[in-house]
Amino acid sequence: MSVPKVGNLPSSKLDAELTPLLTVSGVSKAFGGLQALSDISLQVNSGEIFGLIGPNGAGKTTLFNALTGLYSIDRGEVRLGSTRLDGRKPHQVLQAGLARTFQNIRLFAEMTALENVLVGRHARTASGVVGAVLRLPATRREEADSRERAHALLRRMGLAQHANRLAKNLPYGDQRRLEIARALASEPTLLALDEPAAGMNPAERAALRELLLQLQADGLTLLLIEHDVKLVMGLCTRLAVLDYGVKIAEGTPDTVSRDPKVIAAYLGDEAL
Amino acid sequence: MDIFLQQLINGLVLGSVYALVALGYTMVYGILELINFAHGEITMMGAMVSLAVIGALALAAPGLPGVLILGAGLAVAIPVCMALGLLIERVAYRPLRHAPRLAPLITAIGVSIILQNIAMLIWGKQYIPFPAILPQGRHEILGASISDTQIAILVLAVLIMLTLILVVQKTRLGRAMRATAQSRQVASLMGVDVNRVIASTFVIGSALAAVAGVMVSAYYGLAHYYMGFLLGLKAFSAAVLGGIGNLGGAMLGGLLLGLIESFGAGYIGDLTGGFLGSHYQDVFAFFVLIAVLVFRPSGLLGARVVERA
Repeated sequence: MSVPKVGNLPSSKLDAELTPLLTVSGVSKAFGGLQALSDISLQVNSGEIFGLIGPNGAGKTTLFNALTGLYSIDRGEVRLGSTRLDGRKPHQVLQAGLARTFQNIRLFAEMTALENVLVGRHARTASGVVGAVLRLPATRREEADSRERAHALLRRMGLAQHANRLAKNLPYGDQRRLEIARALASEPTLLALDEPAAGMNPAERAALRELLLQLQADGLTLLLIEHDVKLVMGLCTRLAVLDYGVKIAEGTPDTVSRDPKVIAAYLGDEAL
Repeated sequence: MDIFLQQLINGLVLGSVYALVALGYTMVYGILELINFAHGEITMMGAMVSLAVIGALALAAPGLPGVLILGAGLAVAIPVCMALGLLIERVAYRPLRHAPRLAPLITAIGVSIILQNIAMLIWGKQYIPFPAILPQGRHEILGASISDTQIAILVLAVLIMLTLILVVQKTRLGRAMRATAQSRQVASLMGVDVNRVIASTFVIGSALAAVAGVMVSAYYGLAHYYMGFLLGLKAFSAAVLGGIGNLGGAMLGGLLLGLIESFGAGYIGDLTGGFLGSHYQDVFAFFVLIAVLVFRPSGLLGARVVERA
């Protein structure tokens, strides 16, 4: 029995561009006695969709939290391009170009969809209160520009009609897309998505798949945690598999899905 | 009828000052869930610093127009209070950000005692009179009278509150503040420098407190190192009345509390057959606080439930 395989990108595309964007080397993180991440190393190349899979509790979200500065790591190093990310605060990580979404939707529920996206622009804007109160031209220009970009993002995500609704009142699928819009507003070079398809119906999943491919075509690099193996296998150029905080496999969907350790992790050792 | 109108005017003026101070409590609470009990003392500092400047200027340049002297007092008191708010947040609260909630609360009380003592060391224990520099004009409306000072306080307070609403609702910093209030963690992951936003909140609240301090001392004609205690408690009660954490609530609560005090003081003598006099004015704020805590702990407009994850 093997993990279902849907399709693969031609290997020529893989060889074409191998500029490393995200480099994770030897990252470890323990919570008390629990070793949540052990010596994780991986490399995400510019322009690829890199999948991170593994059973529940394997450490995928922990790795996300470590990358985005939410957790400090015990050992190892994280780089985005040439910028060290480890040891930085979350807002500095985002400033450096790594934005993320959340497994459990974590929008600013009491703010409108538009405002949520505008918060995502925070790191790319600079105007202060004084400028706003005095209505200085530079501030007004920046605000107008931010709003225009935010509206454009909402349109792209099919959320234009919800711009002025509170985030908490949006349907579930729209909330998921709003999270992506908010992350994109920060103009990231790497977008990390934590189970973006969770809770979506097949039609929404198909639309999400199209969206992610579009983002890739636009030059964005994606790091994707996903439980939907079909989606991951069909979408990702390469994958890493975590189990109990250890990377047990890395490679193309094809290689990974045939890896005995991966099969064992998903189905239990007795399946072998 | 004229007494009613008079109390209404007095209550609104007093209430707008409470509202300004209450906003400082509620903004900090909204973001940190911390009751900054030193906030009343920041108001006191605003009053004392401005009075020091005003007193010195009134002596040194008696020819200067009163409004200009008052402006100079404000121009010094506001930045001093902003710096004070920034310093207190950095030194007394930020190191305790992840401590149990009782720790920063006790620290807040400690900070307010320190500020009281600093003020006492600098300005002494006596009441400091507000020099008679302001125009003393009074205007009659329907049998009640309103002074120039009262008009100035009302207009200024309303302008400040409108500006604050605009800042919080429409600007980049305001959005970051609201995002931080809803989830500090997510806000920071979305690029908001949370520490900076929190510091800004303290700075803005302290600026409002400075203005309120100047207003109180101009209105009552004096200032005192201990004046921040009662004023702070009343403003806190006003914030709780409106729903702490809610800006509109602090404004509403402040105005209501001012009205309650004013009408209470005006009519308590009649209602108790002369048994209690208007000097019981201060009691009403705390009756209100108790009543709110018993019957509607989330306040009139209800605190926004801050989600944390």
